[in-house]
Amino acid sequence: MTRQTAPQVTTAWTPHKYLPLTPDDRAHMLRRLGVAAVEDLFADIPQSVRLLRELNLPSVPSDADLLRELRELSRQNGDADRLTCFLGAGAYDHFIPSVVWHLAGRAEFYTAYTPYQAEIMQGELQAAYEYQSMLCALTGMEVANASMYDGASATAEAAVMARDLTRRDQVLLSTALHPEYRQVVRTYTRHLDLEIAEVAHRGGVTAVETVRAALSEHTAAVIVQHPTFFGGLEDIAQLAQAAHAAGALLVVAVADPVAYGLLRPPGALGADIVAGEGQPLGNPLNFGGPYLGMLATRQAFVRRMPGRLVGRTVDTRGRRGFVLTLQTREQHIRRERATSNICTNEALNALAAGVYMAALGRVGLRQVAEVCVRKAHYARSRLEAIPGFRVAFPGATFHEFVLRCPRPPEEINARLAAAGVLGGLALGRFYPELRDGWLLCVTENRTRVEIDRLADLLGEMA
Amino acid sequence: MAEGDFPLLIERSAPGRVGAAVPASDVPDVPLEDILPAAVLRRAGPPLPEVSEPDLVRHYTQLSQRNYGVDVGFYPLGSCTMKYNPKINEDAARLEGFARLHPYAPDAQAQGALRLLHDLERMLAEVAGMDAVTFQPAAGAHGELTALLMIRAYFAERREARTHVVVPDSAHGTNPASAAMCGYKVLHVPSDARGNIDVDALRRVADERVAALMLTNPNTLGLFEERITEVEEIVHGIGAQLYLDGANFNAVLGITRPGDQGFDVMHMNLHKTFSTPHGGGGPGAGPVAVKAHLAPYLPVPVVVREGDAFRWDYDRPRSIGKIRSFYGNFGVLVRAYTYLRTFGPLLRQVAEAAVLNANYLLALLRDTFDLPFDRRCMHEFVLAGTRQKREYGVSTRDMAKRLLDYGYHAPTIYFPLIVDEALMIEPTETESRETIEEFARALLAVAEECRTDPDLVRAAPHRTVVSRLDEVSAARRLDLRWPQADPPG
Repeated sequence: MTRQTAPQVTTAWTPHKYLPLTPDDRAHMLRRLGVAAVEDLFADIPQSVRLLRELNLPSVPSDADLLRELRELSRQNGDADRLTCFLGAGAYDHFIPSVVWHLAGRAEFYTAYTPYQAEIMQGELQAAYEYQSMLCALTGMEVANASMYDGASATAEAAVMARDLTRRDQVLLSTALHPEYRQVVRTYTRHLDLEIAEVAHRGGVTAVETVRAALSEHTAAVIVQHPTFFGGLEDIAQLAQAAHAAGALLVVAVADPVAYGLLRPPGALGADIVAGEGQPLGNPLNFGGPYLGMLATRQAFVRRMPGRLVGRTVDTRGRRGFVLTLQTREQHIRRERATSNICTNEALNALAAGVYMAALGRVGLRQVAEVCVRKAHYARSRLEAIPGFRVAFPGATFHEFVLRCPRPPEEINARLAAAGVLGGLALGRFYPELRDGWLLCVTENRTRVEIDRLADLLGEMA
Repeated sequence: MAEGDFPLLIERSAPGRVGAAVPASDVPDVPLEDILPAAVLRRAGPPLPEVSEPDLVRHYTQLSQRNYGVDVGFYPLGSCTMKYNPKINEDAARLEGFARLHPYAPDAQAQGALRLLHDLERMLAEVAGMDAVTFQPAAGAHGELTALLMIRAYFAERREARTHVVVPDSAHGTNPASAAMCGYKVLHVPSDARGNIDVDALRRVADERVAALMLTNPNTLGLFEERITEVEEIVHGIGAQLYLDGANFNAVLGITRPGDQGFDVMHMNLHKTFSTPHGGGGPGAGPVAVKAHLAPYLPVPVVVREGDAFRWDYDRPRSIGKIRSFYGNFGVLVRAYTYLRTFGPLLRQVAEAAVLNANYLLALLRDTFDLPFDRRCMHEFVLAGTRQKREYGVSTRDMAKRLLDYGYHAPTIYFPLIVDEALMIEPTETESRETIEEFARALLAVAEECRTDPDLVRAAPHRTVVSRLDEVSAARRLDLRWPQADPPG
């Protein structure tokens, strides 16, 4: 006679360093529950949907072997240590002081979650409040939230916010705004009855007349990037005036906020919303993430703002303390009527950005920005002197600039990689008319020797 | 700053201090005005604090001591899966070849990263019972939006004008919020007496208007949807898509696969199920896994393998586009990859221990609290503080605050919304039996205090660095930053 048993996998219990329950514990607990086996706890799961085999996953290596394998994988990459990095375009190789991740990496921050229990989360809450404060100081805005996902999604959220604030149904994007930010704005707003129109850049920046001609009573916002994707400088005051004259908002996106250490910030020039990428503030390149989205605006707009906000308050004894505030904007309260669906953000990256801004401080951040500009300018003048190469756009640039090249930039990059250099971004993938365009970035991390070497290598290719 | 206040950074600031080595220029000196027009320059540096490095270190270190993470103690925050965050994952993510890799590095210079992503996709697809995965979403809610956009694109291509998404009343708030961001109207469906989605109510709303049902399974009550196969038949019977909110995936790893339950698409929270640190509220990662029929709509780019080489593929005309810059939270993905490698087929034990711990803790608490849905729980369970509220006038919030005095993070409270005075408790598999028992003793002691000294509980916490904070005045008198030292610009 065969005994009928439910078909199931009965794997033996293998001790594992993350699983503290011993066989004795399991036996004791099962007895208390009055069941014979752990499998019985899964009785509510219909047999028809059970997995009746082992997961087909690679077998477990020793930690030593696993780390060896990971190290080997990591060495197959041409990172900014192995290659001299002249690549920017939305991710920047700035120097990160050691103090930043020694502090952001404190386990009490690192292994916490959203500060729902404020009384035991004053560290994260105060750090977020201080990040918000410093971001306002840097951008010249009145309020900043505690972070979004990244620069592109923050820009998309700014577009939606502008629609809600103005009750208008069109957003104008400058083509000097990062192409991926534009793509993400389009993806986010596809089903929100928001028309996305583009305003062609002129010489790497957004011409105010072009914007004026495109503005209408439908326009909720004009979105430009400053410095632009090509490194150029927008006339924020004029653009703000033009937008405001038409009843629209000006959203300024920023891919490298370090620039505002030196440049007059958008808030002082009439911008209504600043959205952007906080990675350059102390966060590693990380092959694209985790980064952090920044969002700052006017006090008057705070209730239409997406994302978490930390506010200062007092405890029952009058002592200063911090809490999540204006939560009625958020999805866990307002559900489908929330300002956004965002929940988990990039709190730790914002904390790191806060440490970075505080470490550099008033003098240091200005100096970082200035050194970037000086080195980039030196590189620009060296490289444009090489026969066959010329600067694509004549205006002043921050730490990025576009060269037109005598041969395909992809080919130049391949040859540079062989020589230990990570070249710029070949622009053809985003701008067909700039197939010979090459977007280079020079941060404070590059040295004169490295720049001269790049010039020599290009000279050999000209 | 008043007596007893912890100082703000700005209060530690003094002109002339700097907390990092300031870089120097090594290129020939040119007047700055020859490079940039004077009109674009700030008159002075931005009004940031000026602090030395030692002061900065003490400031943030002391702040960290005013914070509570999994490494500090037990963190039974329901729906958040606050499991231990392995240290080897951190070493992996910080390898220079990952941490300092530029996202626009040509594919030839990113082969290791691309291979890791490719292998992680295969592993997650196996665990989920799905065919393809995108890593672009930065968090769970971001994954929800991505998935709904894909569903919308799928129906648009089939020329089906579906306008509604069905969401159970026990769902996370992100579900309806994501549906709204995708232009869908939300249809709410109640739960039944056993805590499952009400199948009859689902049947009543199920028609060709519906694009998708967003289901969490196990649901936010910590219960497996017993009638999942009926639900699947109803949803597919009207041609709609079945979406899984994978927040609670931890409960079923290796036990049952969402793809085998009939889900077409799901998001995973790598910061929950796959052990990556929550970072005080992020970064997370919310990859979306799909069955083959939705794969053409995945965000661009996707990793493709050609022999032994890997590359990004952008040429995908049916894609929804991009949902984030670059490729997602790669550093988080490296951690999840490392985690999966340290378990392999043993991943099933994670679910077993998580469910055993939760049921054991429930057994220790069930006589003292109301239990609105009395069933075997999965990885978490929901109690109600209604008895304590009714008999002693002590709210669940009060009990949660009192737990802080005992050195614990509190459970999730007042969620799901369908349970009054809800206490949602998720111990996870990385806690020992001793920890579970000690926590149960603490929570039972708090319940006892509700009877013996309710004022003590109502005024809690008493042993934290601040006492209960005034959230009402925080919202009324908004103070979202410190006063600016001088006008910007």
